[in-house]
Amino acid sequence: MDALIKKQLVKKGAEAILYRGSFLGFDVIIKERIPKKYRSAKMDEYVRRFRTIHEAKLLISARKAGIPTPFVYFVNKEKSLIVMDYIKGDLVKELVHQMSKEERENVFYKIGSLIAKLHVNGMVHGDLTTSNMIMLNNTVYFIDFGLGGYTVELEDRGVDLHLMFRALESTHYQVYAECKSLIERGYESVAGKDLAFKVLERVKEIRRRGRYVSGKITY
Amino acid sequence: MREDDCIVLGIESTAHTFGVGIVKSDGEILSNAKSEYIPVKGGIHPREAAQHHSKVAVEVLKKAFFEAKISPSDLSAIAFSAGPGLGPCLRTGATVARALSLKLKKPLILVNHCVAHVEIGKLTTHSKDPLIVYVSGANTMVIAYSGGRYRVFGETLDIALGNMLDTFAREVGLGHPGTPKVEELAKRGREYISLPYVVKGQDVSYSGLLTEALKRYRELGREKIHDLCYSLIETAYGMLAEVTERALAHTEKKELLLTGGVVRSKRFQEMFNEVAKEHGAIMKVVPYEYAGDNGAMIAWTGILCYKHGLFAPVEQSFIKPDWRIDEVDIPWMH
Repeated sequence: MDALIKKQLVKKGAEAILYRGSFLGFDVIIKERIPKKYRSAKMDEYVRRFRTIHEAKLLISARKAGIPTPFVYFVNKEKSLIVMDYIKGDLVKELVHQMSKEERENVFYKIGSLIAKLHVNGMVHGDLTTSNMIMLNNTVYFIDFGLGGYTVELEDRGVDLHLMFRALESTHYQVYAECKSLIERGYESVAGKDLAFKVLERVKEIRRRGRYVSGKITY
Repeated sequence: MREDDCIVLGIESTAHTFGVGIVKSDGEILSNAKSEYIPVKGGIHPREAAQHHSKVAVEVLKKAFFEAKISPSDLSAIAFSAGPGLGPCLRTGATVARALSLKLKKPLILVNHCVAHVEIGKLTTHSKDPLIVYVSGANTMVIAYSGGRYRVFGETLDIALGNMLDTFAREVGLGHPGTPKVEELAKRGREYISLPYVVKGQDVSYSGLLTEALKRYRELGREKIHDLCYSLIETAYGMLAEVTERALAHTEKKELLLTGGVVRSKRFQEMFNEVAKEHGAIMKVVPYEYAGDNGAMIAWTGILCYKHGLFAPVEQSFIKPDWRIDEVDIPWMH
């Protein structure tokens, strides 16, 4: 493992620790899923290993399908570790409120179209939030595929979008309505009218299935 | 009586508990009377629960006044939980509250049940601005205050954690309420039986876990019940601990408040304490008496509403069975 050098801790996330480093001279991010003491050991190991493998596979498949993702250099199953390209951009989460209305229109329309591209190619991301998207030179990179999967089920696609909307609602409530409709339009531009309609109808159904959805009944 | 020195009576009747609490504006809880409907068999039947509530209402009210040592005329306002909850039960509490409000000529306050669980937790644990894990028979949410409202950072996509454990317990013949009984059996469990661990983004889903656990019970039989309960609890709590951890990392709150009936569980507290420690936060747990549904939490939230003049005329005091916590404006934070 001499080819891999850990340099500095970048972020201690909830699930994994991220390090900057170099791999065969490339500037890389090392993502290491750490054991969680609060979970029973066997369950913990299963969850970490499953997600590491899944994430690496999806990062590669998504990239092949034309969705910008970091390039994967190396995976260590036993250590639940992925070595991938370092993208020198900023999280969309941090940029949302600095953007002009016009920029925001471009970015969220783009995000919608990328989500559709992922879906049309038989994948879902599973954790779409603005903290899992990096902007660099007008390109939006998707990261953190650990909760994703290979699926063409309407339900999975619906949940994917539902989670995106929920994340916008809780984190960027000021621009929620605007961003939601941009994503929907971007999604439709790639998925086509029929599929987009079906998926968005399912999103509404998923929302209704949740606890106490607003404003339907009063007595 | 001065505007800032008030006493509010709160009525809780969203599900199985009919409760009446009386609280002073300085946070002193004068009384917290309640009566719980316990189904003879099966789960909560909304109509039967409502009938129980109307039967015990007067008795519980009297007890609350007696313990508080005040007379009805000392009250400043009447609060009741208007939702979310079971329609027939909510309507019973609302009727009692409206009658008191008209008879005593005191203003009426509509309280959101979920907000009340959060506020009683904050009052009793002296929390300022926590990340809140609210888990009960009907609710499973990770909540934090931001921009004038309590925002939901993660929740169940289908059934609640308490509901899942209660249903499992009932189906395997452990009786009601099920959560403590499942946990008791889990203590003697050793082997982890693989069950679906369903985290979707920041949300969890428990319906598939329930189905699979019951399927495994039928396959493995009674002798494996300890292992199954152990695995069920570890999986169910572990999923929620994970989304809580992510919300803590995201919001960077320094307090983690556990509220709702299920957080009485020792294993639950143990697990969430680990989560809090890992992110430099302090775990705080609502006291046992105020964990489950109770009238005091409605009264205390009523006080906060009272101070901000949030009243509802009787003719507009509709119940709201689907009232989400993130629809409620919270003017008393900051």
